Amino acid sequence: MSILLDVADVSKLFPVGGGPGPVARFKRRFSGGPEKLPKVYAVDDVSFTINKGETVGLVGESGCGKSTLVRALTRLVDVSDGSIKLGTRELSIKPSRVFARDRDRARIQMVFQDAGESVNPRFTAFDAIADPLRRLRKMRGKALTERVETVASQCGLPLPFLSRYPHQLSGGQRARVGIARAIAVEPELLVLDEPTAALDVSVQVVILQLLQRLKKEFGMSYLFVSHDLSVVRLLCDRVLVMYLGKIVESGPAAEVFEHPLHPYTQALVAAVPRLHDNGAGRLRLSGEPRSPIDPDPNVCRFYGRCPLSAAMCKTTMPKLRRFGPRQVACHFAEEFLLVPKV
Amino acid sequence: MTTAAPALSVEGLSIEFRTRSGIVRALDNVSFAVDKGETIALVGESGSGKSVTAYAVMGILDPAGKVTAGRAMLGGLDLLAAKPSQLADVRGREIAMIFQNPRTALNPIRTVGRQIADVLIRHGNVPRRDAPAQAIDMLRAVGITDPARRAKAYPFEMSGGMCQRVMIAIALAAKPSLLIADEPTTGLDVTTQAVIMDLVNDLANEMGMATIFITHDLALAGQRSARIVVMHAGHVVENAPTEDLFTHPRHPYTAELIAATPDSAQNLDELASIPGSLPDLRRTDLPPCRYSERCPRKIDACAQPLPRSTSASGHMVACWNPMPERIANAPTESAA
Repeated sequence: MSILLDVADVSKLFPVGGGPGPVARFKRRFSGGPEKLPKVYAVDDVSFTINKGETVGLVGESGCGKSTLVRALTRLVDVSDGSIKLGTRELSIKPSRVFARDRDRARIQMVFQDAGESVNPRFTAFDAIADPLRRLRKMRGKALTERVETVASQCGLPLPFLSRYPHQLSGGQRARVGIARAIAVEPELLVLDEPTAALDVSVQVVILQLLQRLKKEFGMSYLFVSHDLSVVRLLCDRVLVMYLGKIVESGPAAEVFEHPLHPYTQALVAAVPRLHDNGAGRLRLSGEPRSPIDPDPNVCRFYGRCPLSAAMCKTTMPKLRRFGPRQVACHFAEEFLLVPKV
Repeated sequence: MTTAAPALSVEGLSIEFRTRSGIVRALDNVSFAVDKGETIALVGESGSGKSVTAYAVMGILDPAGKVTAGRAMLGGLDLLAAKPSQLADVRGREIAMIFQNPRTALNPIRTVGRQIADVLIRHGNVPRRDAPAQAIDMLRAVGITDPARRAKAYPFEMSGGMCQRVMIAIALAAKPSLLIADEPTTGLDVTTQAVIMDLVNDLANEMGMATIFITHDLALAGQRSARIVVMHAGHVVENAPTEDLFTHPRHPYTAELIAATPDSAQNLDELASIPGSLPDLRRTDLPPCRYSERCPRKIDACAQPLPRSTSASGHMVACWNPMPERIANAPTESAA
């Protein structure tokens, strides 16, 4: 399989307040001292690839940097460091404002979390779907109408609904508008940020099945961001688990969920409610996550919340190590490999 | 299950909302009971009437909503007929509620310690002087680290999980006998969700509290409650012990809901979708069974008023053509 997206050592840091005020900074600049603001390490040295036609899941708790990573990949924000390659094209060097008008913009598209919030409320469904076509494909008139109607029917949105505004549509229909507008320009990579989080189970099933059908039809690759592991398990070939800006585990979805190697993944899998299991005696995480502001590079990010928390975890940051098709960033991964199941 | 009087029994509750475009029959003849110390779950899609039921019981229904029939008995008091002053005494002391979104439910301009102290002073018979210290104890009980410092924090300074813990502390401050948890973990991570639900379960067990847990997540409901009440478009369609409901759902809607839960399938094609959507509750020609228009097992009898049959094992189903039962004992007809 050929690689579609190659992400290497990507970091995204955000400066935060709480450091010296403007006067102190001004003084320090002229006294020759280094000017350094505390930074949030939202995404810290992340590398992975997505193959053509593959569905990759990205899971992790809120605040772990999933959304920042996704916004960096879709070139909505600029990365602090690292490279993002789409096919042979390096994307990270172009500022996001310039990239918005780039011809490759159409190759990566995104479906946002809640179409009710992310679609312009003053646009009808037609306008919402037509907007990327007008901007990126310069389509006008009859060709535009035809294309919008084709995409809408591919996404199962009845044509009379095209003249409606978002507030006149149900949750499932809005999700369809969000998907239709993203696939209208025929992207190669579709990034889906919790596309079914706001939907009921009965509607969720229909949308997931729609996504799978579209993928087969158009041969797109998906990056599927979700915190619902049971959905990720059904839809994804491979999964990346993120914790506080770092990827802690990756591998084939079935293997990762059946036999998680990183303690965080184990807790995550244990926390998923199951129909025929009362969940008693399962692994639980205590405490709050470590601060993402200027984290100590020598301490494991999971230290303190991890049930293992050995002395070694406080002095050496575990590296992402390879175990066959999987990668795990834990000093004790070997021991979990030997244990049959959690 | 105990034979004593239930902690709360809702009987034949019907609620209508007056809107500009007609009357919405949000609840129709809803009945269920929760025993002392028992945890039940109200499950259904959005718009099925779960939250309206809870709001009616709490007496905080929107002014547009009107209770047209039914009772909600808490001990000897009918909450739906009670005077506002009586309700004000009951709320917080006897019944407490954990709301869906802690960030909007907490007062943004009071510190969390003071908000807990308010409840203690009003409902917990705690002297004003001792309230702050007890509020800190409550924060510690819900697992907040460094409670003395956190008591002085405002809601915006805390994470979603911590805000939800504060909500729980407020709800449990006066040791109520009934707790209503309205989707307490939506918007939280699965790991936090598990911890919060453990906390609610443990505290409920400790205090012998009855809990009504409202959720749309069937798997979560199953994990946390002894009995599940399935709602659809303002009707209770099935009410059964959890294990029984999952292994032998009798109402076609419950069966479809289980089949649509991602956990139940190995791959996406196995997942069943439920055709159609909730009927428009403003319609005047609603069929007696509000599911009949989506139902694959519809028969002629469905045009008659809904049956409510309960089996010997306490499995209630409101359906003329239910799925086959596990054991071949005839359901006993009880008055609707």
